[in-house]
Amino acid sequence: MIARLFGRTSRADSASAEERFAVASQLQLTWWRFRRHKLALASGVIVILFYLVAAFADFLAVNDPQDTDSRRSFAPPQVISLFDDDGSFRPYVTVIRARRDPRTFRMVFDQSSKVYLTMFTPGYNYTLFGLFETNIHLLGLKDPQPGDGLYLLGTDRLGRDLWSRMMVATRVSLTIGLAGVIISLFLGILLGGISAIYGGVVDMAIQRTIEIIRSMPTIPLWMGLAAALPSDWSVMQIYFAITVIIALLAWTDLARVVRGKFLSLREEDFVTAAELAGAGQLRIIFRHMLPSFLSHIIAATSLALPAMIISETSLSFLGLGLRPPAISWGILLQDAQNIEALALAPWLLMAAVPVIVIILAFNFLGDGLRDAADPYG
Amino acid sequence: MPPTLMAERAAAPAAGTPILSVRGLKTYFRADDGVVRAVDGVSFDVRAGRTLGIVGESGCGKSITARSILGIVDRPGKIEAGEVWLTPGGGTGAPIDLAKLASDSAEMRAIRGKEIALVFQEPMSSFSHYYTVGNQIMEAIRLHSDATKQQAHARAVELLRLVGVPKPERRVDEYPFQLSGGLRQRVMIAMALACDPHVLIADEPTTALDVTTQAQILDLMRELQAKRALALILITHDMGVIAEMADDVVVMYLGRVVERGPVDAIFHDPKHPYTQALLRSIPSIMATPRTKLATISGSIPHPLNRPTGCPFHPRCPDFKPGVCDKAEPATTVIDDRREVACFLYGGGA
Amino acid sequence: MISFFVRRLLLAILTMWVVSVLSYVIIQLPPGDFVDTYISQQSASGSTVSAAEAQSLRELYGLDQPVWIQYGKWITRILTGDFGESMEWRQPVKDVIGDRLWFTVLISVAALLVTWGLALPIGIYSAVRQYSFGDYAFTLIGFVGLAVPNFLLALIIMYLSFRYLGANAGGLFSAEFELAPWSWAKLWDLIKHLPLPSVILALGGTAQLIRIMRANLLDELRRPYVVTARAKGLPERWVVLKYPVRAALNPFASTVAYLFPYLVSGSVIISIVLSLPTVGPLLVRSLISQDMFLAGTIVLLLGVLTVIGTFISDLVLMWVDPRIRHQMD
Repeated sequence: MIARLFGRTSRADSASAEERFAVASQLQLTWWRFRRHKLALASGVIVILFYLVAAFADFLAVNDPQDTDSRRSFAPPQVISLFDDDGSFRPYVTVIRARRDPRTFRMVFDQSSKVYLTMFTPGYNYTLFGLFETNIHLLGLKDPQPGDGLYLLGTDRLGRDLWSRMMVATRVSLTIGLAGVIISLFLGILLGGISAIYGGVVDMAIQRTIEIIRSMPTIPLWMGLAAALPSDWSVMQIYFAITVIIALLAWTDLARVVRGKFLSLREEDFVTAAELAGAGQLRIIFRHMLPSFLSHIIAATSLALPAMIISETSLSFLGLGLRPPAISWGILLQDAQNIEALALAPWLLMAAVPVIVIILAFNFLGDGLRDAADPYG
Repeated sequence: MPPTLMAERAAAPAAGTPILSVRGLKTYFRADDGVVRAVDGVSFDVRAGRTLGIVGESGCGKSITARSILGIVDRPGKIEAGEVWLTPGGGTGAPIDLAKLASDSAEMRAIRGKEIALVFQEPMSSFSHYYTVGNQIMEAIRLHSDATKQQAHARAVELLRLVGVPKPERRVDEYPFQLSGGLRQRVMIAMALACDPHVLIADEPTTALDVTTQAQILDLMRELQAKRALALILITHDMGVIAEMADDVVVMYLGRVVERGPVDAIFHDPKHPYTQALLRSIPSIMATPRTKLATISGSIPHPLNRPTGCPFHPRCPDFKPGVCDKAEPATTVIDDRREVACFLYGGGA
Repeated sequence: MISFFVRRLLLAILTMWVVSVLSYVIIQLPPGDFVDTYISQQSASGSTVSAAEAQSLRELYGLDQPVWIQYGKWITRILTGDFGESMEWRQPVKDVIGDRLWFTVLISVAALLVTWGLALPIGIYSAVRQYSFGDYAFTLIGFVGLAVPNFLLALIIMYLSFRYLGANAGGLFSAEFELAPWSWAKLWDLIKHLPLPSVILALGGTAQLIRIMRANLLDELRRPYVVTARAKGLPERWVVLKYPVRAALNPFASTVAYLFPYLVSGSVIISIVLSLPTVGPLLVRSLISQDMFLAGTIVLLLGVLTVIGTFISDLVLMWVDPRIRHQMD
């Protein structure tokens, strides 16, 4: 309010305390303003944590996410008790063991017994970052007997560990969003930029294309295109195809932002000044204009990411996106699709939590970035 | 019956009757990062048929003063102290202290538009583009009188004719974006005059117009003032407009009145260093060609970062260390119409 | 104004054409053609189709001709109301879709009305009472509405109502009316079932629209014309409702253009979770079983519907904005 009322004077201020603003770059200014948004800052931390989970998914997983076992179908989540009976800090879970009586050959259920947790224990093999072959996991059971297992969030119908599947799904869902955004960012900047620079017929054509894409119901189209992917494609091929399909329809917002910003920047005094100083067109674009809307692009990207994630999740949820054995949030939620499964195993809905959290985080982050990038707009 | 529109008022108040007296007005904006003292102890009088010019650089509190009088300061701004005495009916009614009235009270609303009207600096953005100009003029008429729609419409047409809008019957049904800038400002004045106010506040009425149109609008305002004994408050940063229009002048700097006096005295014998600097910065056709125009050194401080002592001291050529940066100068009365707030003339130190 | 209208109309027609091409692409995309599918179906049921028979079938359906001719024939048939045959249902596509299209429209329009009905007053409240408790509360709810994809919301509500009310929250009709012919009682039953899916579908859009309305109105509230109106002595409520709200309504109206496609899209997904009798479940099923004529037709119809909706919203925009109305004269 005050800043608006006195906008002119505050910007023309010469007080020495404000001097550092005069020499700060656009990105630095954005960062300074961004730091003041506590919620956005916290969201940024959450986003980073999620990507750390994505990077160390296998390390954080406890069991092989593909490992099925019909005997532990729909096992409920285990509760970790942090303190042992004597009050010392020794986290354990309670497991129920079944064994065959050696004389009667009947299954006998023992009293539930404690199994202690331990860290950095060997488990299933995986490659970290695609480089290091290892089998060390963050958590595991200490001296488990055959059949014992750690199921923090329970298991699904096939007895697969939901916790471990969620770790791996985080990696898939977050990277597919990122890949999609990179493709649509490329398309958006390219087409938005071309539209703004060339104007005329080219601009017309691109703008009409954007309007057409925006006025179509995207989900049925995605569904149609995704369903047409050959069923014999590998998981990786499907993954890339889905990314491309989502990105193909998602670049329009970014293109609009880029074009709008580009056109308004072209009218700015410093661009005119650069032109008068005889700077070439490329130099003006990359040296003068790009830095001032880089922050806008970052903001637009962090708002586009959640849309990507929702798209993938929706498609996979419907059985038209990624296909098992791939694991993504949408695929995990697919198991929760019918009411009977939910009634039996409500913990399957846990897969919705990371989706909601990350989308909220991206939205807050994007909002904070946008405000920081454009305090007057 | 709506008040009939005549070229001259039935009972025009005698020129010189005091209509509006502002005393020690303080309007502050309190925000998380500090208090902005947008108006900080402003006093002046406005008389019927006379023009008071308020002059100063942008951000000095001129517009906030105008809004404070009408009680329409945006949040978080608030009148903290002071009195705004209005004698309604052109000096015939019992005086009311507007500063005491609640901003959305019926009494205050009855005064806005009816007793005191406002003409704005941006004729483009001061109209809504979703209603015809007629609609926006008639609204004020019907609000303050019991005129029927037809009567209000007829009066709107008449008002437009009065302010010199050609083909008023057609223009009345047009939208503001269909009019030129000059026409829009005329319509704006017509709208302000709709309820025959006794005080007209014109906030930079000509800033957004080209020079020729500026002159026409100023002529129009002078003519209307003469016909209707309007008390006019003219807010501007343009000393030229002040010289041409004002009878009395108030010079403001950072929310404070630094100098007050009749226009001749201000122009011929400016006391305050700020007034002197303002006058030096006017381009003159008498000046030697190719000489550099004087500017005031430095720029207006950030409102949250007010200098201690006299707010003008960091830019003042007559700065006295140890005096000007220690205390704010009090107002020195020079004669019954002139005052200055500067240590050069005593300043109450 | 005329030129605006003509431009919008041309764009709408162009969009419909693009949708039809994309729909045809979807029909054509799966490997093999209709005859291959037919042959495999026949062989599954024991009978065989000879190469000559297959060839004559291909000629009959024009499958040996270039793609664009096939498209031409397909679109011509569509324009005469012949949508072809569903392979899975062995019925004309038109009959399979039946009422489902109208239920899709019904739910989308209901959601649109809910979106407006909620977003407009809340947006105004949030802007006028900026930073009040209510503003923060609505902002928070709005963010949740934005972050929870509507199919997840539907899932959660389904689960909660099953868990705590023991009732199935899905469907558009009670069991006894499911197959009954239309009657007032059935209509009333429909009206009772409509709010839940409409609100679920509307929530995301509402959250978005509240933010747009709030931001626009905050912007407008700062404009000089608001001061002008106040200076006339109008009561504050009148000032706000007549001027800034009117101005903020304009971009608000234009958001419908992209809200409607979004709602139609969303209805497809939530229909599956809530088992609503719209085209959504049918589309998924037809896509999974590669019943391409059915799938293509549904995509086409949904696309055309959206384009019509968008076009109508453009006309509304033209009607409410005097600047567009007076552009040409």
